[in-house]
Amino acid sequence: MIRLEKRPEPSRAFALAAPVLAVVATMIAGGMLFAALGNDPVASIVTIFWEPLFGEFAFYYRPQLLIKGAPLVLIAIGLSLGFKAGIWNIGAEGQYIMGALFGAGVGLAFYPAATWYVFPLMVIAGAAGGWVWAMIPALLKVRFGTNEILVSLMLVYVAEQFLASMSLGLLRNPEGMGFPGSRNLQQYPSAYNADLIAGSGMHWGVVAALVAVIFGYVLLARHRLGFAIRVTGEAPRAARFSGVNPARLILFCLGTSGLLAGLAGLFEVSGPAGQVTIDFNVGYGFTAIIVAFLGRLHPVGILLAGGLMALTYIGGDIASSNLGLPAAAIQVFQGMLLFFLLAFDLFTNFRLRLGRTEAV
Amino acid sequence: MTQLMSLDGLTKAYPGVVANDDVSLSIASGEVHALLGENGAGKSTLVKMIYGLVKPDKGRMRMNGADYAPAEPRAARAAGVGMVFQHFSLFDALSVAENIALGMENAPRMRALSARIRAVSETYGLPLSPDRIVGDLSAGERQRVEIIRCLLQEPKLLIMDEPTSVLTPQEVDILFQTLRKLSAEGTAILYISHKLEEIRALCDAATILRGGKVVATCVPSETTARDMAEMMVGSVLKVPTRAGKVPGETVLKLEGLSAPAPNAFGMPLRDIGFDLRSGEVLGIGGVAGNGQDELLAALSGEMTVKPGMIRFQGTDIGALRPTARRALGLLAAPEERLGHAAVPDMTLTENAMLTGAARERLEHHGFLDWDAAKRFANNIIERFDVRTPGPSATARSLSGGNLQKFVIGREVMQRPEVLVVNQPTWGVDASAAAAIRQALLDLAEKGAAVIVISQDLDELMEISDRFAALNEGRLSATMPALGLDVAEIGQMMGGTHGMEVAHV
Repeated sequence: MIRLEKRPEPSRAFALAAPVLAVVATMIAGGMLFAALGNDPVASIVTIFWEPLFGEFAFYYRPQLLIKGAPLVLIAIGLSLGFKAGIWNIGAEGQYIMGALFGAGVGLAFYPAATWYVFPLMVIAGAAGGWVWAMIPALLKVRFGTNEILVSLMLVYVAEQFLASMSLGLLRNPEGMGFPGSRNLQQYPSAYNADLIAGSGMHWGVVAALVAVIFGYVLLARHRLGFAIRVTGEAPRAARFSGVNPARLILFCLGTSGLLAGLAGLFEVSGPAGQVTIDFNVGYGFTAIIVAFLGRLHPVGILLAGGLMALTYIGGDIASSNLGLPAAAIQVFQGMLLFFLLAFDLFTNFRLRLGRTEAV
Repeated sequence: MTQLMSLDGLTKAYPGVVANDDVSLSIASGEVHALLGENGAGKSTLVKMIYGLVKPDKGRMRMNGADYAPAEPRAARAAGVGMVFQHFSLFDALSVAENIALGMENAPRMRALSARIRAVSETYGLPLSPDRIVGDLSAGERQRVEIIRCLLQEPKLLIMDEPTSVLTPQEVDILFQTLRKLSAEGTAILYISHKLEEIRALCDAATILRGGKVVATCVPSETTARDMAEMMVGSVLKVPTRAGKVPGETVLKLEGLSAPAPNAFGMPLRDIGFDLRSGEVLGIGGVAGNGQDELLAALSGEMTVKPGMIRFQGTDIGALRPTARRALGLLAAPEERLGHAAVPDMTLTENAMLTGAARERLEHHGFLDWDAAKRFANNIIERFDVRTPGPSATARSLSGGNLQKFVIGREVMQRPEVLVVNQPTWGVDASAAAAIRQALLDLAEKGAAVIVISQDLDELMEISDRFAALNEGRLSATMPALGLDVAEIGQMMGGTHGMEVAHV
């Protein structure tokens, strides 16, 4: 018989090794999946993990890594704060959309004024949009004890309806000949979130993501609020005893994650995406949940996990266009990554015992 | 009396510690045998081996002359060994009968089971309605559920782990009558406790463990409690000392403190009032679950209360939260060490930060000074003799007594004006308990006011200046502790909670 036995102390070695083991296991299981679909497993894995970084067209893919990775990291940092405290914001996708709408809305309101303060105002508006959207589940939870998981998730669909309505109505490009979608902000220099170094993919969102990583790290390691978050996650009663105000913590965690998701949306709509369209959101808000856990809720881990996730996205795209792998297979592959991570994560706190053991 | 069970050279080692080293003892039918020892002396391991929870590395057990080696508790129960644990394993939301059925191999139909529960409870003077929901029961009644659960299996040997820690003196008397009746019927009882007077009153023989070894055996009725304590500890016991002192001014005043129960199984506080003066120790007794946790929460600030109910040095602090109360000098140490007073998976440094941030200046403008926290943790470890590798050990890795010394030490070191502690020595070995009590007395000596909430009456009598008892969320009038007798205390604690004497 196989049984799990709780370790007396969590294993540090396993905590560090689990993500690596999860990636390796994903490669093996994913390879088997691709082989079953009739593809060369080794070539598929190499395409996904190697091609974007060191392949022939890496000069094109590397900036893409930053563009895809930045929103994931930015959102995941915010989510990780709440997750650490047991506050589950599942609706970052909606906050991301609202951030984009608020930010783009402000930018378009100034069109075609050419002044320096348009973009900063858009950043503030984007952050505010995400924050407001996250404060809805936060206030409902604090005031009425509603479940933030359900409320924040349902608000994603509300936000999607807003997005559709905006791109068909209020924000539609008046010179767009009736097509849905707003003006392209890439063609409005005051509002354009351009690459800081041309062609590098390094836009303001990437900077914001890096700042968020540092902010998250300092907050958790050095600040009272971060300590309150960690204590609340570990032992809610001890947190109350030590003086943490649970309501304030909920407002802070949900608010911060919404704010960062809103920023991610703003940087995306004003940069790589360029315009508000019906299908503007591509699931960064949900994928960031995976990124947060893959990075085991640690800011530096999230930075690495965001990079890895972006890599599988881009590698997956290449694999599906070059090798004809179905998009669903790529999604399964990404799902495997989370599955294996959670599975290996178990062994941080438990150890596997074969045969009969005595219960203690 | 015929020999029922004999243990011969039982040894059990865990990584880094030999929990039991060549332990032998024998129990006759109808004998009440005490197992004495400090925390960590190996009592739990020994009974776990008898109950089939742990397998010995060496040695053998015989029961009724035949080899006895239970592979699991089920086998032990089948052989006639029953055990009542110190911590009850009951489901709050289920009825008494349902809880008992869950623990049985072939549970009879509910109606038949209820009838049997009634019969057993009648016979042994443990009145208990099978239909009541366990969540509504007092601790004493819950214990009855566990005892009846065992008695239904008609055990030949009943193991009881610290059974009186949750009972009023009257309830203890009734439990003892039940146990004596069982013993008269030929059931052997292995009785684990560190309350020496109880053992002297109840037990026929005692085996004393220290460091996993049998260090002595004695006949409790012929041995003084002090001698037994010293055999347990292995040295001369230091009894806390206190100097008589005139209390100072009123620092804390509770008036009509009422609060609803914080959760479904909590206890509302009802019209609690007392004055606490600096330099005095107020002992609050009572059976567990009568509002102790809630009173501590109301004082620590975890639960805020209406205006006018709590005044600290004249200021109304009912609406203040824990941090603000701490800043004023009102500190607390809750009963539950792991998960309430300390975060199990965090280091001692982090746990020092938990309550020490404001008063010890471990925090500047919201930023935490971990070096200072580590120094603070080190100071606590040093002054309170906390046995640990160092401040980076996790709270979980400490033994109960050491963690408790750390938790109490953390508050005492912050020089409180008023310190409220709940069960300061619960599950703590005798020498640690003495150290903790001494620290509380020293604190009062220096002019702080101390409230000790405890279920250990001996402890309360030892350190309190005044005594009051909680019952159903109400606090009795406070009385000078000196000269109170057990019967009076029992009445203050609410009498017998509906228990009656065994129908022998």
